Amino acid sequence: MPIEMLERFDRIVNQRVNKLLLNRLEQGYRTTKYPNVDVNLSKPYRGRPEINFEADMITMKLCEENCPQSAIIANSEKKALNLGRCVFCGECERLSDGKFIHFTTDFSLATATQEDLVLCEENVIPKIEREINGKIRKLFGKSLQLRQVSAGGCNACEADINVLNTPFFDLSRFGIQIVASPRHADGMLITGPISKNMKLALLKTYEAIPDPKIIIAIGSCAISGGVFYESSEVVGGVDRILPVDLFIPGCPPHPLTTLKALIDYFSKY
Amino acid sequence: MFLKFRVNQFLKLSEIPLIHFYDFYNMVLSMIDDGAQIVHYLGFVENNCKKLMIVLRTIDNNDNNDNNLFIAITFAPTEYLAFTSQAKKFHLFEREIHEEFSINIQGHPQLKAVRSATTLSEEYQFYNITGDSVHQVAVGPVHAGIIGPGHFRFNCMGERVAHLEIKLGYQHRGVEKLICKSCFDITKLSNLMECVAGDSAVTNILTFSELIESAFELEKEGIITSDIKIIRTIALELERLSNHIGDLGALSGDVAFLPPDAYFGRMRGEFLNLLLLLSGNRFGKGLIRPAINFYKINLLDINYIEKKLNELLTEIKHVSELLFSTQEIIDRFEGIGVIDNKTALDLGLVGVAARASGVKYDVRKNFLPGYYSVLEKENKNITIQQRLSGDVWSRARIRYKEILDSISIIKNMLENLKSKTDYKTVEQSQDDSNFSSNYLLFKNKLQSKLLPSSAVIVAINEGWRGELTHLMITDEKSKIIRYKIKDPSFHNWSGLAYAMRDQEISDFPLCNKSFNLSYCGFDL
Ligand code: SF4
Ligand code: SF4
Repeated sequence: MPIEMLERFDRIVNQRVNKLLLNRLEQGYRTTKYPNVDVNLSKPYRGRPEINFEADMITMKLCEENCPQSAIIANSEKKALNLGRCVFCGECERLSDGKFIHFTTDFSLATATQEDLVLCEENVIPKIEREINGKIRKLFGKSLQLRQVSAGGCNACEADINVLNTPFFDLSRFGIQIVASPRHADGMLITGPISKNMKLALLKTYEAIPDPKIIIAIGSCAISGGVFYESSEVVGGVDRILPVDLFIPGCPPHPLTTLKALIDYFSKY
Repeated sequence: MFLKFRVNQFLKLSEIPLIHFYDFYNMVLSMIDDGAQIVHYLGFVENNCKKLMIVLRTIDNNDNNDNNLFIAITFAPTEYLAFTSQAKKFHLFEREIHEEFSINIQGHPQLKAVRSATTLSEEYQFYNITGDSVHQVAVGPVHAGIIGPGHFRFNCMGERVAHLEIKLGYQHRGVEKLICKSCFDITKLSNLMECVAGDSAVTNILTFSELIESAFELEKEGIITSDIKIIRTIALELERLSNHIGDLGALSGDVAFLPPDAYFGRMRGEFLNLLLLLSGNRFGKGLIRPAINFYKINLLDINYIEKKLNELLTEIKHVSELLFSTQEIIDRFEGIGVIDNKTALDLGLVGVAARASGVKYDVRKNFLPGYYSVLEKENKNITIQQRLSGDVWSRARIRYKEILDSISIIKNMLENLKSKTDYKTVEQSQDDSNFSSNYLLFKNKLQSKLLPSSAVIVAINEGWRGELTHLMITDEKSKIIRYKIKDPSFHNWSGLAYAMRDQEISDFPLCNKSFNLSYCGFDL
């Protein structure tokens, strides 16, 4: 090779390597220390709602009537908020000045059953009981491959699952991966209210996953139909057609909500 | 004979010229010949009578800002000769009208359903090229990544794509029907608007809010203060930033150059977190509502956002330098998925895809919605980014330039907020002791208003994908009889199909990403 060409080649390589290295240095190490170190989300974030059962009845009734998702029940016998129906719009907090319902920045929202999603006096904090899934933990605790299917999702839920693969959350450090084929998967992450047009494809994907299969419903759409619950074009709620193992509420759930749910439910640690 | 009107102008149905179909047809074609583009073309039923309505726009290319909207109505004929046979841009609009109103549109090359279950049935006939060396590749509806569903059918000759057909409708949730069905509940409708397309939540709710505000003529009452508009505009630009940055990363990832993918992917999250700071939701849900914003922002937040933007700006510049100077990227981006200027105009493309092919159109500059009119007066508005080559490279470069523009706009507006001596108003009334009772009063007042009867309103905004418009028609009892949402993807999916002609099939992911269109926004 003539010397000029070699020099030119050298220069290009150097520039390239420099840029790569400089960027690498600038970017540094960005992965969150979570779950070993707690993360605090900024104050406006609407996470786990706190219910004040002592609020006055008029305010409670007002919230019940004004909740666009019919997620609130307030009468003398029962006061409850269904996390599966709620889309975290904050209307009830605004109407009650936070005196009946107040949204905290706690992002721990997932549960293993529909019943646990209903927050009431007996069930104030949504949680995943650790005992119930010893077997699951044994099977999938160190390696879990999931397939994602969007069945009418608005792309916000999907985007916030996708984001788990970015360096900040780095899902794969927990041995959890989103895979490209149902044949490689141990389970399915479902988003969306299941549009009728996607029902068949969803069921076929389910069939194609080898047993035993885990089904995770992400977002209020997948849990209850979300804002589309009155539409005739959707099935509404995954558990109407498939057994669901894990419910992750939100519209969309914060990536940390999903991450925490996956760790709590599957991880051995 | 068409009525000329403005964005967000409130029109009475009776004002709009009702033209005989024959004249309508000729006039539409002559306007299209003169370069008009379609904003809406839809059917609706009024008093048991099927009608067609068209909204066209003309864009002034000589910077005199003489941009106009035109509207007309005609009685729907039972059959007519397709506009599509003369102007490609009608393709999907006419399919939609055929699907919803079973009008027999003759001479349409592909008169198939767009969203309904029939698109999914066995009857659906794909376009077939026959011949010894032709084979078909079917992809979807469920894709390999984490993304909405759609079906892509390629007719290939070896590795070369001769034709791509895109079949959508899988995400159809009946949004428009839901809007007309439910009684007019602003809270419920606002929540729904934010879920039409989550990545464009801000654009949709903003457009809806502006539409409702003009319906109630709130602008005149002075309720929509400039603070409200500024926060909305900041949210809109943050949405653009997060998506554009995500796209640049994903483009890089698609050609297996991973560093920018990782860096941009993380930075996208930073912008979403700024939206969260503004609204309590990473996609800006719950921030904007008709006549009000729900935000808590104080000087501390403003300073924080400014600091973050400056930090990110430097990083974005550095990573982009790496991205755009890497030889492999240049090789893979240049000359791939080319849409020339004429094709872009013929197909009526909008947004980034159009500007990358030399179409000078950006709603923010041409129609000046919301706060952009103030920015324009202050000479701080964006300049329309334009490139000519129409390839993946151009679409990526346009995104990069728009990222820089958006950051400088946001910084400007933050300055503006800070310079106000009384930014208490910005600190949001929610901290007031009697916020909830005030809010209830406000809400009841708004809710008790009747929508104007027999009216039409069109609202337009530049989402990060391009022109997003909402159109509402009410009947004489003030009930919404038609609410039409048109995502920019409705124009641009055809662009993707064109871009793939004569490409290697392996270039599809790259081309697809360079358009990054919406499934749910299209399927509604
Ligand atoms: S935040 Fe949830 S419970 Fe409260 S009004 Fe909105 S949907 Fe209903
Ligand atoms: S739950 Fe909300 S964010 Fe998720 S898909 Fe449904 S509408 Fe979108």
